[in-house]
Amino acid sequence: MAKTRTTKIVLPEVSLVVLIGASGSGKSTCAKTHFLPTEVLSSDFFRALVSDDENSLEATDDAFAALHFVAARRLANMKLTVVDATNVQAFARKPLVQLARQHHVFPIALVLDIPEQVCRQRNRQRSDRNFGDHVIGQQCKQLRHSLKNLKREGFRRIHVLRSEEEVGQLTIERERLWSNCRDECGPFDIIGDVHGCADELRLLLSKLGYEVAGDRVTPPAGRKAIFLGDLVDRGPKIPEALRLVMGMVADGTARCVPGNHDVRLMKALQGKNVQRTHGLLESLEQLDAQPAEFSVRVSAFIDGLVSHCVLDGGELVVAHAGMKSELAGRTSATVREFALYGEATGETDEFGLPVRWDWAAEYRGQAAVIYGHTPVPHAAWLNNTVNIDTGCVFGGSLTALRYPERELVSVAAARAYAEPVRPIAEPDETPGPSAQQAHDDVLDIGDLLGKRIVDTRLLPAITIREDRGIAALEVISRFAIDPRWLLYLPPTMSPTRTSARPDLLEHPAEAFAYYGRSGAGQVICQEKHMGSRATVLICRDGEAAARRLGVAGDDPGVCYTRTGRRFFDDDELESQFLERIRMAVSSAGLWEELETTWMLLDCELMPWSARAQQLLKEQYAAVGAAARISLGEVVAALETATARDKGSDSWLDEYRARRERIERYIDAYRAYCWPVAALTDLKLAPFHLMASEGTVHCDKTHLWHLEMLAKLCAADPEIFQPTGYRLVDLDEEDSRTGATTWWEERTESGSEGMVVKPLTFVARGGRGELLQPAVKCRGREYLRIIYGPEYTTPEHLQQLRRRNVKAKQSLALREFSLGLEALERFVRGEPLRRVHECVFGVLALESEPVDPRL
Amino acid sequence: MLLTLSTTHRPATDLGYLLHKHPERTQSFDLPFGGAQVFYTEATAEKCTAAMVLDIDPIALKRRRAGGFELAQYVNDRPYVASSFMSVAIARVYGSALKGQCDEKPDLAMTPIPLQARISALCCRDGAQLIRSLFEPLGYTVTVDSHILDDTFPEWGESPYHTVSIEAQTRLGDLLTHLYVLIPVLDDDKHYYVSDEEIDKLMSRGEGWLNVHPERDLIVERYLKHQHHLKQEALSRLRDEQPAEKEDRPDAGEATVEEELKLYQQRLEAVITALEASGASRVLDLGCGPGRLLEGLLQRPQFVEIVGVDVVHRALERAAANLQLDRLPPRQRQRIQLIQGSLTYRDTRLSGYDAAALVEVIEHLEPSRLPAFERVIFEFARPGTVVITTPNADYNIRWPSLPAGRFRHEDHRFEWTRAEFASWAQTVAQAFSYHVRILPVGPGDPEVGAPTQMAVFSAVDG
Repeated sequence: MAKTRTTKIVLPEVSLVVLIGASGSGKSTCAKTHFLPTEVLSSDFFRALVSDDENSLEATDDAFAALHFVAARRLANMKLTVVDATNVQAFARKPLVQLARQHHVFPIALVLDIPEQVCRQRNRQRSDRNFGDHVIGQQCKQLRHSLKNLKREGFRRIHVLRSEEEVGQLTIERERLWSNCRDECGPFDIIGDVHGCADELRLLLSKLGYEVAGDRVTPPAGRKAIFLGDLVDRGPKIPEALRLVMGMVADGTARCVPGNHDVRLMKALQGKNVQRTHGLLESLEQLDAQPAEFSVRVSAFIDGLVSHCVLDGGELVVAHAGMKSELAGRTSATVREFALYGEATGETDEFGLPVRWDWAAEYRGQAAVIYGHTPVPHAAWLNNTVNIDTGCVFGGSLTALRYPERELVSVAAARAYAEPVRPIAEPDETPGPSAQQAHDDVLDIGDLLGKRIVDTRLLPAITIREDRGIAALEVISRFAIDPRWLLYLPPTMSPTRTSARPDLLEHPAEAFAYYGRSGAGQVICQEKHMGSRATVLICRDGEAAARRLGVAGDDPGVCYTRTGRRFFDDDELESQFLERIRMAVSSAGLWEELETTWMLLDCELMPWSARAQQLLKEQYAAVGAAARISLGEVVAALETATARDKGSDSWLDEYRARRERIERYIDAYRAYCWPVAALTDLKLAPFHLMASEGTVHCDKTHLWHLEMLAKLCAADPEIFQPTGYRLVDLDEEDSRTGATTWWEERTESGSEGMVVKPLTFVARGGRGELLQPAVKCRGREYLRIIYGPEYTTPEHLQQLRRRNVKAKQSLALREFSLGLEALERFVRGEPLRRVHECVFGVLALESEPVDPRL
Repeated sequence: MLLTLSTTHRPATDLGYLLHKHPERTQSFDLPFGGAQVFYTEATAEKCTAAMVLDIDPIALKRRRAGGFELAQYVNDRPYVASSFMSVAIARVYGSALKGQCDEKPDLAMTPIPLQARISALCCRDGAQLIRSLFEPLGYTVTVDSHILDDTFPEWGESPYHTVSIEAQTRLGDLLTHLYVLIPVLDDDKHYYVSDEEIDKLMSRGEGWLNVHPERDLIVERYLKHQHHLKQEALSRLRDEQPAEKEDRPDAGEATVEEELKLYQQRLEAVITALEASGASRVLDLGCGPGRLLEGLLQRPQFVEIVGVDVVHRALERAAANLQLDRLPPRQRQRIQLIQGSLTYRDTRLSGYDAAALVEVIEHLEPSRLPAFERVIFEFARPGTVVITTPNADYNIRWPSLPAGRFRHEDHRFEWTRAEFASWAQTVAQAFSYHVRILPVGPGDPEVGAPTQMAVFSAVDG
C-alpha cells in the first residue's frame, strides 16, 4: 500500500491546465474540487452546447472548436483555464499547446494515470456511458504511451497522479507570475542603460537622493530603484556597476530587468560560444581582474532576472527594450525576446543592425511603459511610453525617470567611453515638434471606429454608440478643422423645465427651484447672448502655437463653431479677428498672469447673421416674408368681406392677431441681425476661460471666469462684449425676485434670456450626482424663433408644454464631461488621439435625436 | 394660403353655381391638415370674387411628419404659401368644379368665360420666369409680384415668394386643373409620399395639355418629386411607349452644372483604363460615393478584390443598393466590400493594395487637411498606383451655366488649374517616391484643356 501523503501542485496564476486521463479516471471530479466552475471547460459540456447531447460523437469537432474559442478568449483575458477532456492522444493536445503559446502562458499537463480497473468500474456505474471496457483499455494504453512525450510536445510542467489516493490528497496552490508585481506601487526611480558607467550611476543616485557609501546604497524613505538592464559591456567600471546594482537588489532596494548585453555576458560566463563584440570583451576583461567567485555570482544574478515587471496595479511596465500590451505580464520565449530586443522587422539598416518595429508608435495600452535599449538624444514620451536610454556610455547622459512624478533626472557622461555603431541623432537645436506631436501629425481611424466607452474624470464610462460615431466621422472628416487645433467642443445646454405659468414655456423660477433642490445656495445668472457659439483657441504667437500644438504654419489661433468648423470663410477677416484677440490678451497681461502661451475661450460671437446668414435667409426671414404677404392678403380679403357683411368678425380678429404675431416674430429675429461690413461689427462675448497652460479652469467659480474675461473686454471694447450677470441667493426671495425682474426687463427689450449656473464650474448635488453646469431660461419673444410665430396661442402652448428636458439634460452632462476631459488630457500632455477621442465623442453625442428646440 | 377666383362673365354671380358655393354665404371645410373657408369679397352682376382661405395647422403638420428632428419642421413657410396642400384643398372644396361638373348650369361649365385666379404667395425658387413659362403656354396672361425677404435687410435679396395672378378666357375646370397640377410643380415639393398612383393622377389631370406643353418634362419631373423611375414611366406613357429601362442618374448637385453624364462616363473609363494598365488586381475606390466606379470595376475580372470607401455612410448604403450587393452570387460578392473610412485618418485597413482611385474626391477636402490626406494615402496606405481625378479650373469658363469664380459643386473647397494640379502632384510624387503622369479627360480645348484632369502615380520601390 502506498503511504499516505499529500500531493501539492503549484500552478502559475495564469496558465492553461490540460487534464489528461481515460474516461472514468475522475478528471471532472478533480476539476470541480480544485477550480472554479467557470475555469473548467469540459468537452462533454461543449458537446451538449452544440448538439444537446453530451455524449454525441458526431458533435466532437464542433464541440472542440467552441471549446478552443472560449479558451482563447479566457487566456486573452489572463484567466487560468482548465480543459477537461480525455486528451490521451497527441493530436488532441497539440492545439491546446499552441493556444497556450499564442497567448504566452504555460501549458501544464495534469495527468490522472489511474489504474484501468478503477476507470472501468466507474464507467459501469454511469448509466449514460455505454461504451465498452475495450474503449477504456485503449485510452489507458494511449495515455501511458503519451507520458514520455509530454515534455517534447511543449508542456512546461507535467504533474502525474497515479492513484485514487493521490488524487484525493491533491492540493493545488497558485503562484504569482514572476512578472506580476502589481502590488508594488512605488514611488520608483527607473534608471536607464548603465553599461558600466559606475561613476555616473553614483552621481545619478545621489542626485535622486540616494545615499551612496562605497558599494552600499540607501534609498530615500519609501523609494525604490528599478534598473532597465544593460548594466554591463562597453563602459569603464562594469564590476563596480554590477556590485552597486546587485547589492541594491539583494537589499530589496532595487529591482532589475535584464538587458540583451547582460544575457550575452551570462552566456559567455557560462562558457557558451559568444562573439566578443559590442563591448563584451571589456566586460570579460574587467571581470577577469575580479575574484572568480564574483563572475559566478554575476552569472547567477543575471540568470535570476525576470524579463519585465508589471507594477503599480498594472499602471506601469518596465522592460529593457519595451513591451507591447498584448505581451505584458505573460510568460514565453517571445515575451522574453521582446523584452530584451524588441521585435525585428527582418530588415537591416545601413550599419548592418537589425531594424526594430516601432512598437511604441502603435502602443495603445493603459500602462506607462518605461524602457531603454536604443540610445536616443533625449527621453521623450510617445503614447505613454518613454525610452530613457540617453546613451551615457557614448558620451550622452544617464537618465532616470521618477515615478509617479514622471520627472526626468539626468547626469551627463564624464566622457564618451565607446563609439556607437549607429550614430545617435543629434538633438535638434531648432525646437521642432515633440516625438508625440510628430506621431500625432496624422491620427489613426482605428482609435475612433466602433462602439467606444470613454472614461472621464466627471462621469465614468460614457458610451459612444457605433452609429453615432459613423455620423460624427463624416462631420469631422468633411468639415472640422485640423484635430491639433480642435481641443474642445462645447456641450449642449438644457432649458429649464416647463414653467408652471400657463402663458410661458420658460421662467427663472424653475431654474432656481432646480438648483435650490440640489442644495446649491448661490447661483449666477448670466446674460444669454444671441449669436453663434464660438470657441477661440489663441496663442501668444505662431511659434507658441507650433510648439504647444505641433501645428505647422504661423497661425496664432483658431475660431471654430460648435461642430468644429472654421467660423469664418474669409481668411483675411479671420486673421484680423484673431490678431485683435491676441493683442487684447497681451495688453490685458493675461499671458503673464496665467503663465501661459495659449488659452481657450468659450464664447458667443455676434451678430447671429454673421454665421447663420443662410439659415436666416432660407428659413427665418423666408417664413416671415411668406407669412407677411399671405396674412396681409387674407386680412384684406376678410376686411372686404366683412364690409359686405359676409365675412366673419371672429376670423378677421384672428387673422389680424396672427399678422400681429408675425410682426413680433420678425422683430424677434431682426434684433439679432446686423450687417458686418468691418471687423468691429463683430462682437465676441467670452463667458468661460476654459483652459490655459497647466490648468483646466473648471476648479474656479464663474466669478473668476467673468473677472478674468472682463480684463479682456476692457482691453478691446470694440471687439469684446462683456457678459452681464447677477448673483442670486436662492434662499432669499428678494434676491430671486430681483433676478426675475432683471430677466423680464431684458427679454422684453429683445434679449434672448439668461443662463443660470451654479457658482462653481462643476457642481454636485446632495447624492454626489453631477448637476447641470447651466440651464437656460429663454424669453417669450425669443422663443417665437424656435417654436414658430404662433406658439403663444393657448392651443399651441398646451401642446408644447408636454416637452421633456430629461434627455437633453443627460446629453448636456455627458457632453460637458467629455469636453472638460478633452482639455484635461491636453493640459496633461496626453497623446492627441486621447484628446480627439473626447472631442469626437461630443460630436457623436450631438447626433443623438433630441428635440432641437430645447 | 389665399386663392381668389374672379369672373366678369355676366352675370358674374353665376360663379357661385360653378363653384357650388353660394355667394352670400360663408362656408368652412375640414381638411386633414387644417381647414378652409370660402367667402366672397364681391358678388355683383359685373364681377364676382370667391376667396378660399386655407388654414394649415402647423401642429398637425408636425405630427404628420413624425420622426426626425429638424427645426425646419416647426418654423416653416408651409402654412403661408400655396403648395400641394392647396391642390388637395382645391380637389376637396372645389371638387365638382375641378371635374367640370355643374348640375345647375352644365353648359356654363363647358364654356370659356373670363376668369382670373390670384394666389397670395406662391413659392418658386426659380423666379418669376418659370411661373410665366408654365402658365403662358396655356393661354394665360400672367402678372407676378415678387417680394424681397426683409426690407430691413435689403442686402438679403429677393424672397422666393410671389403673388401671382393669371387671367384668361377659359373653362373654370381647366383653370382649376392647371392650378392643381402647376402649384406643386412651382413649389417643387409635396407634402405626401409619391408613388405610382401619382402617375395616373397626372395622366388624367394632364390630359389634353400636358403632352404639348413646352415644359412637359420639367412638369412631370417635379410633379413626381424627382423620382426618376416614375418620371421615366410617366414620360413614356405620355409618348405612348413602353416603360424605359431603369437607369441611375448621376449625383444631383454636380449634374446641374456639368453636362455630367458624358463626362462622367469618360472619366470612369479613363480611370478604369489606368487601373487596368497598372496591372492591379486588388484596388481601392476611395470616396466611392454611390458606387459608379465600383460597378465598372466589378465587370472586369482583373480586379479580384475591390474595396469601396466613403466617409458618408449614406453613400455606402446607396452603393450597396445600386450594386445590388445582397443579390450578387457569392463569388462575385466576395470580390467587393464597402467600408466607412476617412481620408484624413491613417487607416491600416487600406494598406497593401495594388491601386487606389480617387475620382473627384480631393476637391472636397479642406486645403488645410491636404497634408494629412497626402500622408494617409501615399505614406501609410501606399498603393502601387494612385489615380486621382479633379476638375480643371481653367475649363470652367467653358461651362455656360457656371458663373465666373464659382465652383462646379457647392461642396468643392477648391478647384485647381492645370498648373496648380501639376505642381501639387509633382511635389507629392517627389515627397513620397512616386512617379506621376498627368492626363486630360474629356473633350480637349486648345486654350483651356479638358474639363477633367487625371494624375496617375506609380510607386518607386527600391
